Amino acid sequence: MTPEQPDLIVRMVCRGLAPFIQLFGLYVIMHGHSSPGGGFQGGVILASSFILLAMAEGSETLRRRLSLTALTGFMSAGVLLYAGIGVVCLVLGANYLDYGVLPFSEPRSVGMLVIEIGIGITVTAAMLSIFRDLLTF
Amino acid sequence: MVDAVFDFVIGHFNTVAYIILMMIGFYAMTGKTNLVKKLVGLNIFQWSIILFIVSLSAKRDATIPIVLAGHDHVTGPLLDAADYVNPLPHVLMLTAIVVGVAITGVALALLLRIHRQYGTLEEDELRDRVRASG
Amino acid sequence: MNAHQSVVPVLIVLAPLLTSFMLPVLGWWYRPAVFPLVLTALAVSCGAAIVAAQDVVMNGPVHYYMGGWAPPWGIEFRVDALSALMLLFLTIITLLVGIYSKQSILKEIPSKEVPFYTVYLLLVAGLAGQVATADMFNLYVFLEITSLASYALVSIGGGAAVVSAFRYVILGTVGAAFYLLAVGYLYSVTGSLNMADLSRILPDLYESTTVLVGFAFFVIGISIKMALFPMHTWLPGAYSNAPSAVSALIAATTTKVAAYVLVRVMFFVFEPRFSIEMIPVTTLLGWIGAAAMILGSVMAIAQSDFKRLLAYSSVAQIGYIVLGIGLANTAGFTGSILHLVNHAFMKGGLFLVAGAIVYRTGLREIREFRNLSRKMPVTAATFTICAFAMIGIPPTGGFFSKFYLILGAIDAGNWVFVGVIVLSSVLALAYLANVLRYIYFPNDDATGGGGRQPVPEATQRDEVPWTMLGPMLAVTAIIVLLGIFNGEVVDRFIEPAMPAGLAR
Repeated sequence: MTPEQPDLIVRMVCRGLAPFIQLFGLYVIMHGHSSPGGGFQGGVILASSFILLAMAEGSETLRRRLSLTALTGFMSAGVLLYAGIGVVCLVLGANYLDYGVLPFSEPRSVGMLVIEIGIGITVTAAMLSIFRDLLTF
Repeated sequence: MVDAVFDFVIGHFNTVAYIILMMIGFYAMTGKTNLVKKLVGLNIFQWSIILFIVSLSAKRDATIPIVLAGHDHVTGPLLDAADYVNPLPHVLMLTAIVVGVAITGVALALLLRIHRQYGTLEEDELRDRVRASG
Repeated sequence: MNAHQSVVPVLIVLAPLLTSFMLPVLGWWYRPAVFPLVLTALAVSCGAAIVAAQDVVMNGPVHYYMGGWAPPWGIEFRVDALSALMLLFLTIITLLVGIYSKQSILKEIPSKEVPFYTVYLLLVAGLAGQVATADMFNLYVFLEITSLASYALVSIGGGAAVVSAFRYVILGTVGAAFYLLAVGYLYSVTGSLNMADLSRILPDLYESTTVLVGFAFFVIGISIKMALFPMHTWLPGAYSNAPSAVSALIAATTTKVAAYVLVRVMFFVFEPRFSIEMIPVTTLLGWIGAAAMILGSVMAIAQSDFKRLLAYSSVAQIGYIVLGIGLANTAGFTGSILHLVNHAFMKGGLFLVAGAIVYRTGLREIREFRNLSRKMPVTAATFTICAFAMIGIPPTGGFFSKFYLILGAIDAGNWVFVGVIVLSSVLALAYLANVLRYIYFPNDDATGGGGRQPVPEATQRDEVPWTMLGPMLAVTAIIVLLGIFNGEVVDRFIEPAMPAGLAR
């Protein structure tokens, strides 16, 4: 992809498609515990929507918008969310990652949901940082 | 003789398929001199193993491992495990796929640095340039 | 076995893992806090390992169910006497190298401190997890965490290290993929992933070809990770081109943990009789170990670069460990595990010395090590003690582990192996004495450069800073202590965990 802006039609179509892809990605993350999907798959789909936008808008725009600091921060936040839920379970008295003791109405379901969200954030950030690195080639 | 071979291939289709894929990956890793092709060979190699282990979960006349009850919460003695495909290999291989992606990411980053530093991705040229630069 | 629940094994893995997640953000926010936090995490891990070791020695194996699910549905962490010994020495050596690494990294890769420590802690977590877990697939996950961290650490310096790291990636991933295949084969016939469960189900299935093929893939995969000859080709490049602290860390740990995994699966998941009688794996491993010992030492003698010499020496020492496994009797097993622990400290110490020499003088060729004993006497003394341990001179630990190995070879009636062990020690004497000669006797007329070179009388003492000297001295002390107290180590850690079925 050249750094110049590609065709108008390509840009418009990609801009139109990206929200739907992101919505689908979020859906796959959220429904990981009861249907095919989960954190990793949804995260990759989310990342692919950004990569599609990068292809459409040009690599320079992506590099400016997605700073390495932000991506690293998101990566850390996601895994800390995952490990943090485990530590919360530990503190509340049960084994590590034993969601049964969380104070929600359906504790195991909510625990898994939070973990999937954490994984989704991390995977999105990781995929984007790999892609961003490749852009400098 | 041909019958026996044919029976074996059809009966153990997943084994034969993964071995062929694995050998293709091996050939790419060893026979090609470009580092990116070696990486692609490594990927094919890993994916073949993942495919094989996922194929271990298949059962005859079984459906996908999602409890069809939905909101009726039909569980327990009404469920027959034989009706559902074994979900454990799928889940394990999901982890293996993530590991494969991570390895590809690390290897791509390494390839970028090699190219930036030495200007080539061919193994023989690379060996000369590394030796030349000490 | 009256195994009891305890949260301590999980803490050993969790402390470095959680800290490594926090480091990137902390590095952007307030960089001086990174190194103290790293040391705290490593110290917590070390403390937890000490507590766990005491618990295991007094009360028997410890286990922990992740997520509250009992095995075989859940993942279990299980620490018995052997794992406790491994965790103990792993956490101690990673803590020592961590203290050492601050100044060393500042000199060699100054701009990459935060990523270095992030990946360092991930490596420590992966190593501890490999040892503590009792689930075959969980072991694969931790194996890959360790491998990925070591690929990144080897390549972090740039230069020729990146090419060596790429080669390491290819070979290491093939090894891990073979391990995954083995887990798949074993799962397909037994339906279980838990090690204790597998050891219960497998004996009925020893005749099946699937189990055989799974075991074969496992041995090959782990041998690649362990750098067992002839699958050692990634090791010299990776160890010699990596930054010094990284070489010390991965030389002391990753191959040892791979050897531990081999022992764990060969003797505890599969019964020893499978590897001894049904398929002659132990005989094969014994001969391959012997070949590694001789060939590694011979290659080491031929090297002129210090770190490359140490790398080939590591190949030879892995041969000792595998020879001990291949002897398949209690003395051989004891010698193998003792040598594993000893070698971690000996090789770690030697690489720390190499790093100190590079830090102060930038020298890597052995021929240029003249006058080092005057310039850096403490470093030279550390090198001497580690070299004595490698050759096998009492009272350092190296002597006792080789003694057990010779006892094991005599027990097995295999005098060829006794000869190989002695020959390999003589070869180790050859290449290490060569370096010693350059360090201590620079005026020797026989040194290759020809002609006398007057020693400048005013060579000043210019040692490395204390944060680097301290760990080196600690490693030296531990080597001597391991020698003096080897009886304790054997009685408390190795005897209780001896696999049933090995010949006496």
